[in-house]
Amino acid sequence: MAGLGRVALILALLVCAYGIGASIYGVRSDQDRWIDSGRRAVYALAVVLVSAFIVLEVAFLSNDYAFNTVADSSSATTPLFYKAAAVWASQEGSLLLWAMLSSLWSSLALFLVKGRLREVAAYATAILLGFAGFFVSLMVFYANPFLTTHPAPVEGAGLDPLLRFSTMLIHPPLVYSGYTLCTIPLAFGMGALIARKVDAEWIKATRRFALAAWLFLGIGIVLGARWSYAELGWGGYWGWDPVENAALMPWLVATAFIHSLMIQEKRGMLKVWNASLVCAMGTLAIMGTFLVRSGILNSIHAFGGATLGVPFVTLIGVLIAASIYLVVSRRDILKSEHRLDSLISRESVFLLNNLMLVGLCFVVFWGTYFPLISEAVTGQQASVGAPWFDRYTVPLALILVLLSGIGPVIAWRRASFANLRRNLLMPAVSALVALGALLGAGVMSKPLAIVMFCLAAFVVGTVAQELWRGGWVRSRAASQMLPVAIAGLIKRNRRRYGGYIVHVGIALLFVGVAASSSFEHLSEPTLTVGKSVKVGSYTVRYVKPTASVTPQSDSAHTGSTLNLGAVLRVSKEGHYVTTLRPTEGFYDSGEPSEGSVGHLIGGQAVSHVSMSSTISRDVWSAVEPDISAPSLQRIVEAGNKTISMMRPEEGMIAIAVLAREYLKSPPPAKFNLRVFPFVMWIWIGAMIVFGGGLIAMWPAPSTVVRRVSVRVGRRRRASHGLARA
Amino acid sequence: MVVLFGVVLAIVTQPLNAIATKRRGAHAAEIAELEAERDLKYQEIRDAELDHEMGKHSDEDFAAVDGGLRAEALEILNRIEALQGASDDVERD
Repeated sequence: MAGLGRVALILALLVCAYGIGASIYGVRSDQDRWIDSGRRAVYALAVVLVSAFIVLEVAFLSNDYAFNTVADSSSATTPLFYKAAAVWASQEGSLLLWAMLSSLWSSLALFLVKGRLREVAAYATAILLGFAGFFVSLMVFYANPFLTTHPAPVEGAGLDPLLRFSTMLIHPPLVYSGYTLCTIPLAFGMGALIARKVDAEWIKATRRFALAAWLFLGIGIVLGARWSYAELGWGGYWGWDPVENAALMPWLVATAFIHSLMIQEKRGMLKVWNASLVCAMGTLAIMGTFLVRSGILNSIHAFGGATLGVPFVTLIGVLIAASIYLVVSRRDILKSEHRLDSLISRESVFLLNNLMLVGLCFVVFWGTYFPLISEAVTGQQASVGAPWFDRYTVPLALILVLLSGIGPVIAWRRASFANLRRNLLMPAVSALVALGALLGAGVMSKPLAIVMFCLAAFVVGTVAQELWRGGWVRSRAASQMLPVAIAGLIKRNRRRYGGYIVHVGIALLFVGVAASSSFEHLSEPTLTVGKSVKVGSYTVRYVKPTASVTPQSDSAHTGSTLNLGAVLRVSKEGHYVTTLRPTEGFYDSGEPSEGSVGHLIGGQAVSHVSMSSTISRDVWSAVEPDISAPSLQRIVEAGNKTISMMRPEEGMIAIAVLAREYLKSPPPAKFNLRVFPFVMWIWIGAMIVFGGGLIAMWPAPSTVVRRVSVRVGRRRRASHGLARA
Repeated sequence: MVVLFGVVLAIVTQPLNAIATKRRGAHAAEIAELEAERDLKYQEIRDAELDHEMGKHSDEDFAAVDGGLRAEALEILNRIEALQGASDDVERD
């Protein structure tokens, strides 16, 4: 089976090489059949890589430890659904996932533009096959997922405990889909520049995939934040971790591109800017993959593996050089067709919006790559923490939210001051009402958070006004009830109103971020049983310890040998609120040197968070039981001395004795207790953002353009066509 | 493996083995491009009308913008017709 996988990779490489050659030959010699053959090479590549992926998946599911990746990332006791996801836990498997997703999305993109954009699509095919070929080459020459060891180990090392969570199943495929989708607009952008056809057809073909990349990457980012918050024990959802930032950067540029593309569509402006953005988006996606896969920065995601730095840096260098060359050498066809008519126009707002987004991306880029650059220059590693990022990103985020409220109410081309005043009145009133409510509730500290809340109210006011007015116009014209008219309005103008819904979601998301970070209450006490601590307005009492031993009690399928935890009673002003049950799982280290009992719990300890969530607050808890307490270590040492490594079942009995001792005489435990106001609005806002994105992406009902008879006069003919617009 | 190789070969060689390929009309690429521009222009006209009805454009501004957009749309339609006529002539010949 491994042989089949290895041969599939070589076949994939050959298909890539063939497809690149066929596409370029076809477009240069003006032969459609070779262009078509090149496009079909992408389909064939998808078939081959899916087959290879299935081979690896079957190896994981059947516990074939002859495969090195299976032995490194899985075990007999790993639950089935984690085994299925463990394929992409390793560097080799994740490269295969990337290549497979790239081939699938590329196939879809090329299928959808079949018959159109002939030259552009041919070059895009070659570029997309180039990317896929790069990743396949990495697997063939550097990190082969089908390498085997004979004789095969009896048992595997198991899945990294940090990855044994349900979001692990879906987060990497979504993020990788986002990364690979980013390469499609890049390929079509470069293809358009090579073919010198940067025009409306290219925009139409590219826009939807840029939006899809934005959507998938965004969902992946939010799922990662949710995983960090709900599963890891550090007590946050965003740590400006390099790998978090790596996905955020192309997402920010994609957001800018989606907006500025509208200006090119309507006014034929910003062509150089858009060409640069689309190249930057794809390059940042490759750089993000580089950060995740190369292990070059310390991060929770970069779990070992040989560095692939040199090939990646080479590819990134080629992409940057090619992008610069293409944009500079094609600047004649990238000249703007129009100039800005007025500073008070939607074009101006979009321009400012773009500058803010690219500015944000630059801040994140500098903070992420600065440690590398510093180390390269000075030889000393530096780090940039959350306070540095917050100092620069918060003001930019505030301006962005403000612009997202102004943009929808300002007209294209030009708007008068009078119109602007009229259209901004209600949103401004919303913001003032919010301010009044906050001051009335005694919320006076944290001015930046208050500004964000008011701006969010401004945005919601804007969108509500847009829906109301547009619905009112439609309800009068079509004699419909207002809700029906609003639904019809959204259906007929999906891009516009889908975008407005995204703005509302972003505003709510930022409210959640501002509230949960500015007004968070935190306590990290060490408590004995019966003791209490105050966290904000809540009182948390340590009621009793908990202990369970796998596999009988491993209801979360975490694979931990031992789970120690606590029952916490939460009350407010004497009234019961909720009960929390945080635990920490202790895993097998696989190190015989730690002893027959010691190794069973000597591996990485993983926190299992417990929280109570409502619309207005989360009460969040994590526990760090003291497993090094003398009373527990005595049991481990006695077990190590008396129990043979060859009798693991006796080792588990010792662990059960340890668990009983913990319940009987629990040592003081360290807790991480937090109250996050309005943090749920982050997840609600995110769902609204992605719902709006789906609406914006959904194909509109097609507009039928009648071909009018030549007997009709020219002007009437044009009017008929326009009447159907 | 042989099956996989056979499938790949069948997929990539199908266009090369096709007996006849559909002949593209003359100016097909330019017409497609103009049709894409036309659709964008129609969308702009709709957006401008909605903006006007919702009070974002004054009557004067709207008249200027709408007139300009319709003139641009008319120009595109004329170019499409001219190219389609030229294509028909080429095919007849």
